[in-house]
Amino acid sequence: MKIAVLVKQVPDTDEERRLDPASGLLDRLAGENVADEINERALEVALSHKDSHKGTEVVVISLGPESVTKALRKVLSMGADSAVHVLDEALAGADAGRTAVVLAAAVKQAGVDLVVAGNESTDGRGGVVPAMVAEQLGLPHLSFLDAVEISAGSVTGERGTDSGSMVVSAPLPAVISVTERSAEARFPNFRGIMMAKRKPLSVVSLADLGMDPDFAGMGRSVVVTTSARPLRTAGKKIVDEGNAGTRLAEFLVAEQLV
Amino acid sequence: MNKILALIEMSGGEMCSTTPGLLAAAARLGTPVAVVAVAPGGGTGLVAELGSLGAEHVYLAESDQVGKLLVGPQLEALSAAMTALQPVAVVVANSAEGRDVAARLAARTRAGLIVDAVDVRSEGERIVATHSVFGGAYAVESTVEGAPAIVTVRQGAIEERANAATPAVTTVTVSADPAHSAVIESVSARDAGSDRPELRGAARVVSGGRGLGSRESFVLVEQLADALGAAVGASRAAVDAGYVAQTSQVGQTGITVSPQLYVALGISGAIQHRAGMQTAKTIVAINTDADAPIFDVADFGVVGDVFTVVPQLIEAIKARASR
Repeated sequence: MKIAVLVKQVPDTDEERRLDPASGLLDRLAGENVADEINERALEVALSHKDSHKGTEVVVISLGPESVTKALRKVLSMGADSAVHVLDEALAGADAGRTAVVLAAAVKQAGVDLVVAGNESTDGRGGVVPAMVAEQLGLPHLSFLDAVEISAGSVTGERGTDSGSMVVSAPLPAVISVTERSAEARFPNFRGIMMAKRKPLSVVSLADLGMDPDFAGMGRSVVVTTSARPLRTAGKKIVDEGNAGTRLAEFLVAEQLV
Repeated sequence: MNKILALIEMSGGEMCSTTPGLLAAAARLGTPVAVVAVAPGGGTGLVAELGSLGAEHVYLAESDQVGKLLVGPQLEALSAAMTALQPVAVVVANSAEGRDVAARLAARTRAGLIVDAVDVRSEGERIVATHSVFGGAYAVESTVEGAPAIVTVRQGAIEERANAATPAVTTVTVSADPAHSAVIESVSARDAGSDRPELRGAARVVSGGRGLGSRESFVLVEQLADALGAAVGASRAAVDAGYVAQTSQVGQTGITVSPQLYVALGISGAIQHRAGMQTAKTIVAINTDADAPIFDVADFGVVGDVFTVVPQLIEAIKARASR
C-alpha cells in the first residue's frame, strides 16, 4: 500500500506568531517554522501501519516556500520514505482552494491508496483542505478522526461530531483527516536523521504537475485588511490572605458578572 | 434581491443550534434561503420554524441517504440549490459537517471559500467577512474574488435574529454518488447528563487545569461552573491527565471560546491555551504560581490555592443569590 501524508509548515506555536499588516499573509520570518504537530500525528498513523505491514510506502507531500525543505527532512527522519515539495512562485499567498487543487494534482501524480492529513493546521485553522483534496480527486473523505483502522481495502475511523461521535468507513482509495487524539508522534532517532539525508526529496513546479499558474476561472478568497488587536494587559493581582474568594466575588459583583 | 443559501444542519431529528445565527447572517447579505437535506417526507415539520427564524424560501432536498452517507446528501442538496437558484453566497456553520460540505462545494464549483468568519457584511457587490486570527491577536477581513462566495460562520458568533417570514417551499430529490462518500456505520449521542450550557458559544466558562490534581478534584471546577451558570472547560494538560473529556478542551487545538467571563482554575496559561480564550471579555485566574503566564491576561488574578479560594467564592456567590 502507498500512503501520502500531507504536511504543512507553520510557525511554532510556542513563539509569537505574526501577520504582515500590508499583505495580511503570515510573517514567516517572525519565528521558527516547523512541520505542524498535527501532521506528525498524521504521519504516525501512516508509519504505524507501515510498521505492521511490510511493503507499505509513505510519501509526504507539501506545498510552500523553500524553507519547507526543513520540515520535510524532519518527517523523513521520522520514517517517511520520500517527499514531494511543490514549490512555485505563483503559489505565494495561495488560498485553501488553490492549495487543494495543487495538492490533489501532486497526490494523483504520486498514485496512492490513502491520503492522510491533519484535521486543521495550527496557523490558519481552516480545516477544509483535506475535504477539498478529496473532492478534487473524487474520493470519499473521513474527517476529524480520533481513531483510525486501516485494512487492505478499506479504512474505518471514529469521529467526534458536535453532538457526540460516529463510526465511519470507506473503501480505498480514500482521504482521511485525523485529530490530535489519533496518534502520538514518534521522535526521530539518530539513524533516522542520518538516513533522511539520503531519502528522495523531489521539488516540483506547477508546470511539472501540468497546471495552469493563473488558475483561470477559479474564485478565491483574498485578504482585504489586517489589524493587530491591542494586547491584553494584566489587571489586578492579589495574593490570598484568607479572603481572596470573598474579594473575587466582590470583583464579579462590581463587574455585574454575578 | 440576491439569494443567500444557508445550510441547515440536523442532529437527531432536530435543527442544530447554529440555525438562527446562520439565517440571520444570510438575511444581512440578501434573501435567506434555508437548504436542508432530509429523509423523504421528513421536512414539512421544519418549514414553519425556519420561517420564524427568517427563511423566505425553504429548499427541502429529500434523500434516502440522509444519516447513511457522510456529507454526501448535504453536499448534493446545496449543489442542487446552487444550480437552481444561482445565489450570490452560501453560508454554512463552521462545524465538522459544515466545513466538509462547504469545502467540497467550493472545490466542485470552483467558488471562493471563506472559513471561520466571526462577522459578515455586504459592501456593494462583494461580501466581506471578519476573522479572528491567532487567538484574537489579529482581526482580518477577507472577501472572495469571483462569485459566488461560500462562507463558513463560527458557531455562536452571530447573535442577532432575522425577522420572521412566510417561506415558499421547494421540494426536490437528490442522490449522492456512494463511491465518493464515506458510510456512517453508527452514531452515538454524547451523554446529556447535565443541564450545563454547551462550551461552544457559552456566555460564561469555568476551566480547570493541571492544578486540580486529579479527576476527583476536578469536581471543584464543575461546582463553580454551576454556581455561575457557566460551561465547563479545561486546559490540554487537564485533558491529557484524564481529568475530563477532550470535548471540554479550550485552546489552540480545542474549542475557541469568547465568553463574557472566563475563569481559569489551576491553569498556567500556555500560549496554546490563551489562543483559545483571550478574547473573553473578563478573565479571572486563580493559581498558586505567582509567575504563571495566565496572570498576564487576567483582569483579576488570585495567587492562591484553588481548594481554599474557590469554596469561599462559591459561598459568597450563594450568599448573594439567597439575599
